[in-house]
Amino acid sequence: MEKAAPMVSLPAPEPSPAALLRRRIFGHAGLLIGSAVLIAIILTALLAPWIAPHDPYDQVLDRKLIPPVWSDGGKATWVHPLGTDHFGRDYLSRLIWGARISLVIGFSAMLISGVIGTVLGVLAGFFGGRVDMVANFLITTRLSMPVVLVAIAVVSLVGSSLTVVIWVLGLLIWDRFAVVMRSATMQVRNLDFVAAAQALGCSKSRIVFSEILPNIANHLIVVATVEMAHAILLEAALSFLGLGVQPPEPSWGLMISEAKGLMFFDGWLIAIPGTALFALVLSINLLGDGVRDVTAPGGV
Amino acid sequence: MSGAALIEAREVSCTFTVSGGFMKEKRRLQAVSRVSLRIEPGEVMALVGESGCGKTTLAKMMMGLIAPSEGTIEIGGRPLASLPRMEIARSVQPIFQDPYSSLNPRRSVGSIVTQPLRVQKDPDPETWRRRAEEMMEFVGLPQRLFNHYPGQLSGGQRQRVAIARALVNRPRMVICDEPTSALDVSVQSQILNLMQDLRSELGLTYLLISHNLAAVEHMASRVAVMYLGRIVEEAKTGRLFDSPCHPYSEALLGSVLTPDPTLGIPDTQLGTSYPNPLDVPPGCSFHPRCAKAMPGCSVRAPRRVPAPGGGAVACHLHDEGAALDTVS
Repeated sequence: MEKAAPMVSLPAPEPSPAALLRRRIFGHAGLLIGSAVLIAIILTALLAPWIAPHDPYDQVLDRKLIPPVWSDGGKATWVHPLGTDHFGRDYLSRLIWGARISLVIGFSAMLISGVIGTVLGVLAGFFGGRVDMVANFLITTRLSMPVVLVAIAVVSLVGSSLTVVIWVLGLLIWDRFAVVMRSATMQVRNLDFVAAAQALGCSKSRIVFSEILPNIANHLIVVATVEMAHAILLEAALSFLGLGVQPPEPSWGLMISEAKGLMFFDGWLIAIPGTALFALVLSINLLGDGVRDVTAPGGV
Repeated sequence: MSGAALIEAREVSCTFTVSGGFMKEKRRLQAVSRVSLRIEPGEVMALVGESGCGKTTLAKMMMGLIAPSEGTIEIGGRPLASLPRMEIARSVQPIFQDPYSSLNPRRSVGSIVTQPLRVQKDPDPETWRRRAEEMMEFVGLPQRLFNHYPGQLSGGQRQRVAIARALVNRPRMVICDEPTSALDVSVQSQILNLMQDLRSELGLTYLLISHNLAAVEHMASRVAVMYLGRIVEEAKTGRLFDSPCHPYSEALLGSVLTPDPTLGIPDTQLGTSYPNPLDVPPGCSFHPRCAKAMPGCSVRAPRRVPAPGGGAVACHLHDEGAALDTVS
């Protein structure tokens, strides 16, 4: 075979895509801080049985309301670095075990809503027409339901537990997944490489899985982090209202709720779980923003 | 004409419904209306016309991406609608206009070029890489680009990747939808020459859709001129460029800019307004812009008649049999 017209050669050897990606990741402070904090919290949650100094459920009533070590009252002790609550339970242990609940709820609710929202959004964006109309109707219906109100109704009907909270949140917060995935799919499906895949004889499912999904995955990751943070905050809010995780489970939202009567006397009871919640949500959001920046167009 | 056509469209139409807005009646847009086109093995058929005249829709119907609302398309004498998807893909492949959107940015060049083999479940997976590399070399892509991503390539290189993907399964027919119009002028001729070489070496048949009349004259053996979803003239390239019969073909050829600045910008006498395809003029759809329009043109649609000098034309000027006077 004869060789075709010669190509204009590239100026310099370019760095490989993996090297470029690595450079972008390590140049992004938010992404690094976010993932460091998140990894620390995840490790704490996983290692809770080994690193928690006390049993989080163990009530010692003659040691109640010990302040944390940095306060100057004579009662502070290193036996309880973050003090104890009004039942004399070790606050640090409860905080460490509480990380598990927040992460489990955030992750599971994000997974459930992610599956529902992505399937609905991708179907709507890919097929358009009537499928899109149905999906839009479902999204509008969902958006018109206030999450807290529905949660109250469900909890009063079936009672409240960790599983119920996960399912209620998972079944309620898929709207953002659906909206974002729908518009991202619509954008990608009109590009020529989808038509090229069709002309190659690819089936519809093959086109969705190997042409469209890889190109909307970065949107998916960003929405997933936002929704995970959203679910964690909603869990805290529901637990605060008494509709979420039930005592004596050490949920951060519940810890804030239980301490609200002592807010003006022992403010640290609210400040400590509040700070933990803030750090977790901030780290997840930083991670999501970082992923968005790193995978933005212009990259590979 | 003798022998089986490679691909033949018989009276195909394609109608889209366009929503007129909330609570308004849906409107019908006739993108292609009753077009017949026959492409013989080994020829280069060019399809020219203004944007929006239905060229791309016709091409998509020929690849089986859109089903015609009426009429049939046959590949090698067998109706397209009855052929399995994979078999159509093996005989007809597209090259798209914009190589920036026709390559999946998340796939490497190697993955893109071997994709047709994978999709077709080609029986020898161990030869895929070698065959893809052969095809890359054949279209002038260095093999070191095998693991690169489209984002790292230039426009010309991307278009070569698209051509390699289209050809790796050795189709008989390639539909090129404005294959050079998104490329730099300096690269356009490289791609056109590459297409010429590939055609003679692999025995391909092209349907070339183009705005670039110089490219059409250079490449095509026959030309079909489309206007508002209809083919108004079809002839051998030489005849069409020397003596166009349809006033629209004449205007189209007259619109080509010349390198000589003293000649100025050509006057096509077409006016500026392209008619609304939702509201096609009655009679001959070209009559509002036609310099040679006669009274009867707004009443009766012209028939397709043999053109003087070969080919066919749909214009009352050349239809001796139609007694226009009696109508007007």
